[in-house]
Amino acid sequence: MTLHAWFALLTALVLSGWAVGALRRRTGRHEAGRRFFRHPTAGWGIGVLAFFVIVAVAAPLVTSFDPRDQIDIVHLKSQPPSWSNILGTDVYSRDLWSRVAFGARISLIVGALGMLVAVTLGTLVGAVAGYYRRWVDAVLMRGVDVGLALPRIFVLLMAVALFGRLPLAILVLVIGFTSWFGTSRLVRAEVLSVRERDFVAAARAVGAGPARVIFRHVLPNAAAPIIVSAALGIGNVLLLEAALSFLGIGVAPPAPSWGNMIADGAPYLASAPWTTLFPGLAIALVVMALNAVADALRDALDPRQEAM
Amino acid sequence: MTAPLLDIQNLVKHYPGRPPVRAVDGVSLTIAPGQTLGLVGESGSGKSTVGRTILRLQEPTAGRVLFEGEDVFALGTGPLRALRRRMQIVFQDPYSSLNPRMTVGRTLREPLEIHRLAPPAQMEARVTALLDEVGLDPAFAGRYPHELSGGQRQRVGIARALSVEPRFIVCDEPVSALDVSVQAQVLNLLADLQQKRRLTYLFIAHDLAVVRHIADQVAVMYLGRIVERAPAPAIYSAPRHPYTRALLSAVPEPNPRATRERIVLTGDIPSPAHPPSGCPFHPRCPHPKKNDRCRTETPALRVTSDSPAHLAACHFAEEPI
Amino acid sequence: MTEPLLRVRDLKTYFVTEQGRGTARAVDGVSFDLYPGETLGIVGESGCGKTVTSLSILRLIPEPPGHIRPGSLIEFEGRNLLALAPPDLRAIRGNQIAMVFQEPMTSLNPVFTVGDQIAEAAIIHQRLSRKAARARAIEMLTLVGLPDPAERVDHYPHQLSGGMRQRVMIAMALVCHPKVLIADEPTTALDVTIQAQILELLERLQAELGMAVLLITHDLGVVAGQADRVVVMYAGQVVETAPTTALFDGPLHPYTEGLMAAVPRIDAPKSRLQAIPGQVPAATAWPSGCRFHPRCPHAWTKCTIEEPPLLGDGDHTARCWLVQEPGRRKRQPETE
Repeated sequence: MTLHAWFALLTALVLSGWAVGALRRRTGRHEAGRRFFRHPTAGWGIGVLAFFVIVAVAAPLVTSFDPRDQIDIVHLKSQPPSWSNILGTDVYSRDLWSRVAFGARISLIVGALGMLVAVTLGTLVGAVAGYYRRWVDAVLMRGVDVGLALPRIFVLLMAVALFGRLPLAILVLVIGFTSWFGTSRLVRAEVLSVRERDFVAAARAVGAGPARVIFRHVLPNAAAPIIVSAALGIGNVLLLEAALSFLGIGVAPPAPSWGNMIADGAPYLASAPWTTLFPGLAIALVVMALNAVADALRDALDPRQEAM
Repeated sequence: MTAPLLDIQNLVKHYPGRPPVRAVDGVSLTIAPGQTLGLVGESGSGKSTVGRTILRLQEPTAGRVLFEGEDVFALGTGPLRALRRRMQIVFQDPYSSLNPRMTVGRTLREPLEIHRLAPPAQMEARVTALLDEVGLDPAFAGRYPHELSGGQRQRVGIARALSVEPRFIVCDEPVSALDVSVQAQVLNLLADLQQKRRLTYLFIAHDLAVVRHIADQVAVMYLGRIVERAPAPAIYSAPRHPYTRALLSAVPEPNPRATRERIVLTGDIPSPAHPPSGCPFHPRCPHPKKNDRCRTETPALRVTSDSPAHLAACHFAEEPI
Repeated sequence: MTEPLLRVRDLKTYFVTEQGRGTARAVDGVSFDLYPGETLGIVGESGCGKTVTSLSILRLIPEPPGHIRPGSLIEFEGRNLLALAPPDLRAIRGNQIAMVFQEPMTSLNPVFTVGDQIAEAAIIHQRLSRKAARARAIEMLTLVGLPDPAERVDHYPHQLSGGMRQRVMIAMALVCHPKVLIADEPTTALDVTIQAQILELLERLQAELGMAVLLITHDLGVVAGQADRVVVMYAGQVVETAPTTALFDGPLHPYTEGLMAAVPRIDAPKSRLQAIPGQVPAATAWPSGCRFHPRCPHAWTKCTIEEPPLLGDGDHTARCWLVQEPGRRKRQPETE
């Protein structure tokens, strides 16, 4: 790898560390912020996520090769990690580190956007069901039950069978539309309890309509499960994307995504394990970091903080 | 004789269930303008449910409520919202009656925004005026509820109710969760505001002593019904229902020399899902003349020989203990 | 003069707060005696330290963030409870000194029957067999006036009403016939007619079992009806001690006077209550001098600088300079 790239990589590491410190200082004033960092893995989780986000954003800077570039198909294919290719090369002599770095873009974007679609849908449905109750609740929740029972992979396989290879945007939407059911249940439960509190009755007594009550009063106080859902959701979508790519219906090559890198490297597991190992490690690290952050968030946002 | 501001006619509220919970089982009350009616009862009496139902925070099962002659239960969304300006409520629990994620200023601005009571430029001034009226410094507008004490939160709740300039306020146990010294401050504030703004109150409480200091009329509830209703002095000096007598004697008097005969009721308060037959109070009633009629026939709320304003629901109302 | 059963001297319980808001000196030098067979009422509003005092006696304060300062003394029958080893302390808890809490719903374990919970103390301290302990539990349920005790002994807490649960708590506390019962706001969470039942029950049990009761409450009415002597607490300190009748006949401390004037009474006509201005200060920042001075209608310069000790003679003392200088008492305008 070139000197520039090394330098940039080092900067990325330092920046991640600094980001954790800065976040800690900024939230130190809040009870919730202190509770968050009380978890020993919370800081590490933020650091890992910050690192991957920086790498994804600055991918051209931290790498020396183009991810699609076949460097030297004769001499450099399936090479183990070396000074010039720090994570080695794959079977097409592409630099693995470049592919991991650029793959981070696609995987993280798919993860974030898919989660956004899922959490938005789940929150809306859960809030409406929890607030209106009676038949609205019954109908919506039966729909959720059906959705939860659906095997997601098969739905996606069906979609591919019907429409051929899905463009990225459609993939994100389909993943979002099939991942919101669990969130809706959590949000509904929280809304059911928040709506009984006096300040909600007070808002209605003062003349607020249902929309204002739901968006200004109920949801902000039901945010905890939504936020935790979101953090965990990104991880789930990442894993789903990997699974889909492994099945050949995810992100299309030659664009790198961590999932299709694993799929490409699978046949060479014995001879060139690093081609599968490093993208797999990347997914594992990000998902673990997200879980650590979600766990710490759950405690930090605990309504215990409201009892003065 | 002025027309009553509020006229509750046979209000019924049952919650679904097997068996249904008969929270309010036929309550009729009137309140004259400028007066305070104290509604007293223990758990399961239905007093809070009455307060919330007349404001349509919960839909009634049956009955009619006329506010300034208008049928509250027949109003559509638009007129109901307009009604909210005239009928307001102050809640019991200062810790849950304010949105923890909104500053005091936001909470007080909201009613003004909903009803468009002031242009944005004047909002801050209006909020300051409201805070001042309840005895809070304008700096409180920027604080969150968790930074305030119970008494201060309760004052914010009162300011919120006042912001729409109502004529009538349901005070749902507004001082029960407060310390004695703070309780006195808030009660005095409510009394002052009533004078200044000519308000009418429905004051719901479980503490007969508190009600004494603010009510003109008192109605006692037991298991969803009114068992006695009279002008305040009559309830305290000459109660006619055995439950009212028991309630009065159960209040611990801060006087070690007091020689009130204590009437201690046996048994627990029944659940509103399983009210006793006949008179709901009969299983615990200490009246010496209690008989089979009490078990089978529900006594109606009838005028007593005292005065036309004094009603009691007891077969032996003319022979009080 | 009999020896006190329980002697508390200069009890200080402090709590560490987060983020450098300082130490909360919840109990700051509290002393009182409890004699056999008597009921001592500890009266005060929230934030005065009465609950922390009662929890400190049995050392139930969580060790961080709270701690009982060295120099505090809690003596039970001559033994210093603060110096006891854990097994010795456990032998006293539930056995010689028992406690009843305010919230019967959260103080009872929802997954065990009430019989099991009552029997537990008997099994631990008196080493009864399970059968004997169960019989004992039924005995106790009868003693506390629970209807159908033989049936109820197998019920779970959620099957009982609030009043019944409080009776169960009392049964649990009394199963080993303790010498001291600490009752922390035992009736505050109950309805007024049920409160009357429980207070009557406590009176009867005290007469039958001859135990001493430490009754903690914010309700002056309860104290007037139940206590032989009263301790009034404010801002972590004892501000007045007196026999009950003496206290109500002639309170010495302006806070006690203020409380009595602020309590709504049934026998008074509709009138304005006399409120105490201001509010209880935070335990992290007690005012200088006399802690009540910011809210006291009689305060003068000395009150803001020098903290008064307990003054007065015999059994009626108050922490107020007015005891020494009654001339400083300002005349109150009649109307307010």
